[in-house]
Amino acid sequence: MRKNIGALYAFPIGMWITLFFAVPITIIFIYSFLTKGLYGGVVARFSFEAYRELCNESLLRTALTTFYLATIATILTLVLALPAAYYIACSRYRNTLLLLVIIPFWTNFLIRIYAWIAILGNNGFLNSLLLRIGALHHYAHFLYNKYAVVIVLMYTYLPYAILPLYTAIEKFDFSLLEAARDLGAARTQAVVRVLLPNIKAGITTAVLFTFIPAFGQYAVPQLVGGRNSFMLGTVIARELTVTRNWPLSSAIAAALTIMTTLGVLVFMRLNRSAGETIRETA
Amino acid sequence: MHFPPIALSLAGSDAPLRWREISRPIPKIKCLSKTIFSLRVAPDPPGSEEGANDLKGCQVTVENVTKSFGAFQALKGVSFSVQKGEFFSLLGPSGCGKTTLLRLIAGFDDPTTGDIRLDGASVLPLPSNKRHVNTVFQSYALFPHLSVFENVAFPLRLKKKTKRSIHAAVDEYLAMVRLEEHRDKFPSQLSGGQKQRVAIARALINEPEALLLDEPLAALDAKLRQHMLIELDTIHDNVGITFIYVTHDQQEAISVSDRVAVMNEGAVLQIGTPREIYEKPADLFVARFIGETNILEGSVIRKNGSRAEATIPGVGTVAVESGKSIAQGNNLVFTIRPEKIALSREKADIAGDDMNCLQGVVEEIIYIGFLSKYFIRIGDTTLRVFRQHADHQLSGGRAITWHDPVYVGWHAGDAFVVEVRET
Repeated sequence: MRKNIGALYAFPIGMWITLFFAVPITIIFIYSFLTKGLYGGVVARFSFEAYRELCNESLLRTALTTFYLATIATILTLVLALPAAYYIACSRYRNTLLLLVIIPFWTNFLIRIYAWIAILGNNGFLNSLLLRIGALHHYAHFLYNKYAVVIVLMYTYLPYAILPLYTAIEKFDFSLLEAARDLGAARTQAVVRVLLPNIKAGITTAVLFTFIPAFGQYAVPQLVGGRNSFMLGTVIARELTVTRNWPLSSAIAAALTIMTTLGVLVFMRLNRSAGETIRETA
Repeated sequence: MHFPPIALSLAGSDAPLRWREISRPIPKIKCLSKTIFSLRVAPDPPGSEEGANDLKGCQVTVENVTKSFGAFQALKGVSFSVQKGEFFSLLGPSGCGKTTLLRLIAGFDDPTTGDIRLDGASVLPLPSNKRHVNTVFQSYALFPHLSVFENVAFPLRLKKKTKRSIHAAVDEYLAMVRLEEHRDKFPSQLSGGQKQRVAIARALINEPEALLLDEPLAALDAKLRQHMLIELDTIHDNVGITFIYVTHDQQEAISVSDRVAVMNEGAVLQIGTPREIYEKPADLFVARFIGETNILEGSVIRKNGSRAEATIPGVGTVAVESGKSIAQGNNLVFTIRPEKIALSREKADIAGDDMNCLQGVVEEIIYIGFLSKYFIRIGDTTLRVFRQHADHQLSGGRAITWHDPVYVGWHAGDAFVVEVRET
């Protein structure tokens, strides 16, 4: 009797996840194998049509674009987040700085994207500034292209990358860097050979926290992206609300889920085998 | 508690022993005499008998070094010179600046003023990775993501040595610290003593000119500490480079060092051989810090050359030797080691030329195995006396016990004046 008590504690969250995560996902998977209704919705008849449509060229191209944009955004986010997290972990004002990292969460996400539109728009802040100082003679198109999507994605996920990196670096024993320097490592060698491997868990978390949501992002490409920067999230929304092809949008969502899961598994596998290679060369 | 400074070392080695000869079964009878462990009392000064021409390493000179952290002055003008191949200790209580000094030599910090030279050349312009010194950290600072083998190989991998030479060198150094069978383990799987040995091998594989050790044994338990101390001494004999050893443990320092620098509050108080430090402390702090001692204070009533007679209020009159100049009426602070005081129930056992003799009562006895600590109340002073148990037999068969009236005594020459206060 006693040892089942843990299961009892886990019951509320277990119910929550089952009701609001497992059940919807199952519904999506089931819908993707049904026939589309005339005015949206589904008809309960098995069909493989949605998956046949999935394989058309424009959708595959969108999938590639999505992967490409999410990857670029993740890499750049990591590059920015690492030094920031390092600085915060070493700073005397770390609590204040952490608060500053979290502050964007206080405002609605959509409002923050509109703020970016105000900054990057044709009559926006950036253009006015560059025209004023004479760096530009005619306003530039910062918005509605891939770059705008990447910039806003980076902005959106930077805190999610900084926080796990900060946690990892904060736990890192800085005397290891001194030891590395003492043993003959130059500054960059010490960082690459000692710091990075020891905060690998933080880097992995930061990558996953950035890449997974960026891969499924819908609002950002919708609002600041152009025609050539559609992402899968945008297409799902379009199929659901405009074209009203529910099986197709379910199929895309299912494919997205499966791709993300596979991607994460491969990434974690690579990460682990990287650790094993170090062990094996020894 | 204090032992006379005894170090276990390899005796009779005219050439330093290679580690191979230690780790292998002894091949020839001729070598036998070299590998017998023997006791030697107080380590010899460097170069006295163990082949001065074999000394490696570099001379480390610290000149007028100061270091300030904001308003706090961690080092207040420290100067000393460590000889080639010497085992030199920096000894002092925590916060005395000894670790700061070591960090300056290693290059982790820059001195505020002053100079640090290796073999005469200033190393201040060099970053720590360009200095030919390596450090064994108190926390070991082993790389947790690398195996024992890779930790030791780390400096060689940076130098882009060939795979074969790296394997050969790492195997050699792992054998030296007897960790061959742990080469594939990770630091988290090692015991404290094993981690310590990895740290030593890793610091030595670069073949530094000097090895800096920052309280390397502080995290080990007492038994292991004794063992590692002997091992460190052996390694020092084998590699023959300069060792600078930072510790707050006076026993560690005096049992392995050639010379010891006693530090307090950012200054060096005394530099000398362990015997000098122990028997002729330069001042009251050193006397109190090194071993246990009795501090007595009295005023000079008669003076005859270096010998003086002093009256200790409430105790009596005693004769003391002094290297310092004293005058009649001066107040003397002198120290007498507990193990130099004789103890008996019969006054006749104490008597003799130059013997001070006082009468007191046994207030407390602490039995600690190989000796007993007696606390003898004389007037309003309590003297500590350490005796081995064999002494019991001297006093007519009955052991001295609580509340016994006893006589204590010591040679005038065994008391040492550490401070003269003019009144």
